[in-house]
Amino acid sequence: MQHHDIPGTTIFGSEEARKGFALNRMCFSFNSASNRAAFLKDEDAYCAKYGLTPEQCEAVRERNVLRMIAAGGNVYYLAKLAGIFGLNVQDIGAQQTGMSVDAFKAKLVAAGR
Amino acid sequence: MAEIIGAIATSHVPAIGKAIADKRQDEPYWKPFFAGFDYVRQWLGRERPDVIVFFYNDHGLNFFLDKMPTFAVGAAAEYKNEDEGWGLPVTRSFPGDPEFSWHVIESLVADEFDIVTCQEMLVDHAVAIPMSLYWPGAAQWPVKIIPVSINTVQHPLPSAARCFKLGRSVGRAIESYGKDLKVVVSGTGGLSHQLDGARAGFINKEFDLLCLEKIVNEPEALLRYSNEELVKLAGTQGVEFLNWLAMRGALTGQVSQLHRNYHIPISNTAAATLVLDHRKHVQRKAA
Repeated sequence: MQHHDIPGTTIFGSEEARKGFALNRMCFSFNSASNRAAFLKDEDAYCAKYGLTPEQCEAVRERNVLRMIAAGGNVYYLAKLAGIFGLNVQDIGAQQTGMSVDAFKAKLVAAGR
Repeated sequence: MAEIIGAIATSHVPAIGKAIADKRQDEPYWKPFFAGFDYVRQWLGRERPDVIVFFYNDHGLNFFLDKMPTFAVGAAAEYKNEDEGWGLPVTRSFPGDPEFSWHVIESLVADEFDIVTCQEMLVDHAVAIPMSLYWPGAAQWPVKIIPVSINTVQHPLPSAARCFKLGRSVGRAIESYGKDLKVVVSGTGGLSHQLDGARAGFINKEFDLLCLEKIVNEPEALLRYSNEELVKLAGTQGVEFLNWLAMRGALTGQVSQLHRNYHIPISNTAAATLVLDHRKHVQRKAA
């Protein structure tokens, strides 16, 4: 849902749930270690198996979180994909805000002051 | 009769589970958070509850977007935790109390809450981390659990007022159960945080402190916020505060704050811990 006044924010609603279903379903499959291994073995085949749209495949290939969200990805599921590459929510926070990981972490610390 | 002796609310960030696994609790980054649990453990050690009812949200372990219940209640004899995909160690399973769960389910449905019932249910870090914080290193879990899952993932989410009412109904269900059990209600998640989008890393200390203050004795003041307003004020994942409101709803008697800790940041989150005493219990004991 973009019809709200919160900058830099997508509210995950019906539009995203429908649009992002294949991408989120693929990420949900990463709860299983054997599925994570299968993805790493052949990413494109794995994305095809889950019926990702060309836009979603491209976003995954680029490791571009904002693009995945624009394609309907939900961060709780995307975090499972990020985990495959050893990335945590601070790493993807830095990527989405265009900051270095250290600068992103420092921003969080500063929010407590 | 069963009685609710109090409530514990806490953040449930996965990074906490990693810090526990890596034994980093005393490091400067983590200590301000973990030290907030000394009181919680002393209180639990003193009060010795039999059952904990958890209000929490599943993050894609038991539920996916194919079937997403607004409210779901566990009725299993055992709740397993499993691989969530991002490297958290799996916590050993938690004992349930099916008879008590079914009593809660029957009461809720009679009270017009049309919940989903789960005789098999995995519980994710939103239950496993709080349990590990309440009883670190316990050889056996000293309580049984009843998980109550609230959809905070896919909008439309239930409103703050509706979650509070759900809690009320759960509270009445607990207090109408015929067995002499001491029950703690626990709400997990929050406070302000946002993981996604160009606003990732958003924290709102002022709003968190307002929530922490109002939830003790004036929770009704927090029920006017729409979920869109909660997203704006607390972040896309800050809406997990709905779990806290459901917990607070279960406390039908007088409430006082026993302990509170608030610390920024744990990972991308403003972390908070709150222990509430439920005065009904205290009064009954004194009588």
